[in-house]
Amino acid sequence: MSGNGTNGETAQRNIRLPIYMDYQATTPCDPRVVQAMLPYFTEKFGNPHSRSHSFGWEAEQAVETARGQIASLIGANEKDVIITSGATESNNLALKGVAAFYRDRKDHIITVKTEHKCVLDTARHLEQEGMRVTYLPVKPNGLVDLEELKAAMTERTLIVSIMAVNNEIGVIQPIAEIGQICRERGAFFHTDAAQAVGKIPLDVEAMKIDLMSISGHKIYGPKGIGALYVRRKPRVRLKAMIDGGGQERGMRSGTLPTPLCVGLGEACRIAAAEMVTDNERLRRLSKRLYDGIVGAIPDVFLNGDPDQRIPGNLNLSFAYVEGESLLMAIKDIAVSSGSACTSASLEPSYVLRALGVEEEMAHTSIRFGIGRFTTESEVDFAIETVLKHVGRLREMSPLWEMVQEGVDLKSIQWAGH
Amino acid sequence: MAYNDKVLDHYENPRNVGTMDKSDPSVGTGLVGAPACGDVMKLQIKVNAQGVIEDARFKTFGCGSAIASSSLVTEWVKGKTLDEAETMKNTQIAQHLALPPVKIHCSVLAEDAIKAAIADYRAKAALDTTKKAS
Repeated sequence: MSGNGTNGETAQRNIRLPIYMDYQATTPCDPRVVQAMLPYFTEKFGNPHSRSHSFGWEAEQAVETARGQIASLIGANEKDVIITSGATESNNLALKGVAAFYRDRKDHIITVKTEHKCVLDTARHLEQEGMRVTYLPVKPNGLVDLEELKAAMTERTLIVSIMAVNNEIGVIQPIAEIGQICRERGAFFHTDAAQAVGKIPLDVEAMKIDLMSISGHKIYGPKGIGALYVRRKPRVRLKAMIDGGGQERGMRSGTLPTPLCVGLGEACRIAAAEMVTDNERLRRLSKRLYDGIVGAIPDVFLNGDPDQRIPGNLNLSFAYVEGESLLMAIKDIAVSSGSACTSASLEPSYVLRALGVEEEMAHTSIRFGIGRFTTESEVDFAIETVLKHVGRLREMSPLWEMVQEGVDLKSIQWAGH
Repeated sequence: MAYNDKVLDHYENPRNVGTMDKSDPSVGTGLVGAPACGDVMKLQIKVNAQGVIEDARFKTFGCGSAIASSSLVTEWVKGKTLDEAETMKNTQIAQHLALPPVKIHCSVLAEDAIKAAIADYRAKAALDTTKKAS
């Protein structure tokens, strides 16, 4: 699948186009994950819930091994891990399930403006059902202000849902501190850890996490599977959304997809074993990418805290160059943009807006996501391509021209449309 | 989203990118859009004594469709009289580039840009005439 941009030079460097730099959207399955899964599609196809024969026992054994691997990565007991179809389901189940169980006693939810859409939309849904929801702002670096969290909490606060790592800008929230605050005030703490599991050390005990959402395909596992950690001691109760055979301790009915479970387990095992070396490599590549771009051209800005972040995410604003036009220009590199024009809506990224990034800058942002299979040559190719096209597009930009002439863009009366 | 070939062509080989001296009385300049909306177009026309557009230049901050729309307009207006150029409709641009509904505003902006450039030229010419008369 070498792209139309392949030429002698790139062939020499041994890279294939297009280059994938969208690891926050999804990751390829690690080949070891696929190998582990394969037997469970064919010869080991049993229903893990069949109790009467060895086909079922074999599948059940595989699922339980996987559950143990997932639990071990987050410092949990395997009995506390509920398998779901992915982080979206986990987030829905955590919030709706807990709200449904406890709503007579407590009716207040706290979350953050920069959460993933599936948390925000679930919160909106619960608001329509009569729950009260506080959407906390974030500081300009993307992090939650713990004092604001404390101030928002009341004795009616049932659950606080704050993501561990942001999908757009890669910042790491102070999870342990938030867990402590929630525990002291008697509220449950749920964290959407889809972008964090396997990338930063997580421990549900040390961080006092009561519920945690996990995704398979963000950690080199398969799509269509995830998990929800649900604490048993002290116990968190939730009302199931899917009724049926009572699997997963009654919290999530449905036959478990054995191959996907095995894949998620193997992905967690690899992540635990290789997190340190993976992160070292990614930090090096990320620095190379950042220095290569920001060191070479002016007016490029990093979105989100420079230190409290995972190395795999670099969200950059290229002032005076509109994001979608840059995406088109660097089409040999698969990235995503915070610009409005790449999505169905015409609003620029709500995450960047929540950081206080001005709309004109939000329109110029590109998210570079690197991961386990990104190479140094790919990073170098990305740097060259970006520099070339940002230069070209700035030459074509009336805003760049005005700024070079010393015009203050803020002094102009722009006609909105 | 896949881009139409004509959009890609104008985006990759934009026609008439550049800037003319906006203080030149034969040059009309239109600047439309807003950075906060993600689109700004600057379109300039050079008009001869017969009222014919001899040359056109643009610079655009915006998505590929916005760049293509402005590039196309500079091609179309060259050789046209001001009155002819003024009748240009955004629908013609949108149709030629096969813009999807979400990109129609790019063609609207291009129409606004040419109209603004023509208005600017006429305002300058009128001022010039008044000066000469007095």
